[in-house]
Amino acid sequence: MTTTTAPTTGERDLGPQARRPHPEPERRPRRRRRSKHRAVWEEAPGPVGFTVKAVVLAAIVLVVLFPLYTILLTSVSTQADITRSGGLVVVPGEFTLSAYQQILSGGIVTRAAIVSVVVTAVGTLLSTVVSTLAAYGLSRPGSFAHRPLLFVLLITMFFGAGMIPTYLLVSALGLIDSYWALILPTAISAFNVLILRSFFMGIDSAITDAARIDGAGDWRILGRIVAPMSKAAIAVVALFYGVGYWNAFFNAMLYLNDNAKWPLQLVLRSYVLQGVTLPGSGVGQVDVATGAVTGLPVKMAVMVLAVIPILLIYPLVQRHFTKGVIFGAIKG
Amino acid sequence: MSAETTTAAPHGQKSGAAAGAVPPAPPTRKIPWYVRLRRDRSLILMTLPAVILLAVFAYVPMAGNVVAWQDYSPYVGILDSPFVGWWNFERLFANEAFWHAVGNTLLITGFQLVFFFPVPIALALLLNSVMTPRIRTAIQSIVYLPHFFSWVIVVTIFQQMFGGAGFVAQRLAEQGHSGFDLMTDPDTFLLLITAQSVWKDAGWGIIIFLAALSTVDPALYEASVMDGANRWRRMWHITLPAMRATIILLLILRLGDALTVGFEQLILQRGAVGSDASEVIDTYVYYQGVVNGDWSFAAAAGLLKGVVSLVLVLGANKLAHLFGEAGVYQKA
Repeated sequence: MTTTTAPTTGERDLGPQARRPHPEPERRPRRRRRSKHRAVWEEAPGPVGFTVKAVVLAAIVLVVLFPLYTILLTSVSTQADITRSGGLVVVPGEFTLSAYQQILSGGIVTRAAIVSVVVTAVGTLLSTVVSTLAAYGLSRPGSFAHRPLLFVLLITMFFGAGMIPTYLLVSALGLIDSYWALILPTAISAFNVLILRSFFMGIDSAITDAARIDGAGDWRILGRIVAPMSKAAIAVVALFYGVGYWNAFFNAMLYLNDNAKWPLQLVLRSYVLQGVTLPGSGVGQVDVATGAVTGLPVKMAVMVLAVIPILLIYPLVQRHFTKGVIFGAIKG
Repeated sequence: MSAETTTAAPHGQKSGAAAGAVPPAPPTRKIPWYVRLRRDRSLILMTLPAVILLAVFAYVPMAGNVVAWQDYSPYVGILDSPFVGWWNFERLFANEAFWHAVGNTLLITGFQLVFFFPVPIALALLLNSVMTPRIRTAIQSIVYLPHFFSWVIVVTIFQQMFGGAGFVAQRLAEQGHSGFDLMTDPDTFLLLITAQSVWKDAGWGIIIFLAALSTVDPALYEASVMDGANRWRRMWHITLPAMRATIILLLILRLGDALTVGFEQLILQRGAVGSDASEVIDTYVYYQGVVNGDWSFAAAAGLLKGVVSLVLVLGANKLAHLFGEAGVYQKA
């Protein structure tokens, strides 16, 4: 067992080998160091290589999680703790939910959160249903007008109309200051339709043919067989759409002149990023005595509010990010 | 009816034909088109909502690009605005600010090609070398997460960390250094936005490489170990070649997107850092058109960008074919 220092190839695919029992009994003493997940042929990393790898991975995880940790902690900290730490809180102090009470007791942030939730829910439902239907409709090569329809979809991936004509259209349709302007222009992503389409095409045709012989039409086949079999792919696509709607701020900035209608991301941008004073909350004002920004917990609470839906839904869908769903579409 | 359908169209091809590539047309010639239309009417009906949405919100704006040849005024409307030939394009080519935006765009693309593009590849190699599945899955879940945060959140997080009142500035102030503010420094702006992109998307970027690596036949590694290959040689001769097609595919896509650099990311920070460092083609289009009201001029800039991008992606794909790679799509 040579001790080379560096990380290399993995053996994620070596399941059978990895589980195979060690044949030679005289190697027993070494098995203590041998991970049961390591292939028989694979060298164990040397102490230096192992340490370097562990430190790098720990650093990466820390870089991702530390900002989230300190923002969450600051949002539940008292003003006294924040003043003591000079800003973001790293060491937990006194716990308080007053910042959340402040932003959720009506007012701009509450309204913006409701707008975001409704737009995201309606948009995701519309996009997912329309995309699923289109993906099934396009999943059978040789059907009527199959290729022209597919091209209609594909061209939008390679050539975008541009911001100005799209804005002129939305404005001509009278959608300025309408929530539909946040949904309809971005309702269909050709990429997401292709993810679903390639997933549907991977379903064994024997199953759908059997249903057809039993007299099921395409609507029934999609609703009773293909869609239930594709739950994972549909969930991932719904997540992509949902995250897109939830995170979008530029469409709102472009199409909503009335800032009473703003979604959460736009409120976040104005009151937290740009430091505009949030009416009645004291956010963004600088305490003359300490130089510290007051209302920091409120700011951080708005951020947490904007992140929470993603943190809640992500774990449910994340296990479906398998090679089957993503790679099936991307390789095309 | 059902029997006819099953014999006519070989649906659900197991091979999962590539999304971009139009699969070869099955032999359906003998069936007259009106029979196929009748047979496939449900499929057409399913595709219709998506096609209508795309027709209205993607294709009408494409046609709306005629304003680039007009002297468009919102009060006159698109139908009555006078045509002015190539005047807007002439103004565009003579405009220094436009070329500055083009220069910034290419600079950011080039910089990120060197300092962003390889990061997911390195991360994928590192993660692939982690043996314990549970640790690997945990790290994967954590590094994917920032991809689902909005740019408003990511930029705000960076502001809280590296801004004038941010975490690093506080720690430096405790040491007696003041005036640290990365968010408003045009000189380091390129580094800042690349760091933001890496934080947000480098983790997500590994998913496609891990998918490529999962298709490697473990027998290759075993055989190479038999031949005395150490871990570095295995990486060089097996793992990296397995990722080659994916790397080339992503390079092509990046090249096609060379003129598109983080629009939301940049427009959020334009105010803080100034337009000199942050103006790119997309933000230029926005400010010239929507903000300044020079609609036709901005539409010309946007259209030029769209056409050049299309040429770039087609050219890059051609190049990939010349090198014997699959590329994004193939000729039908």
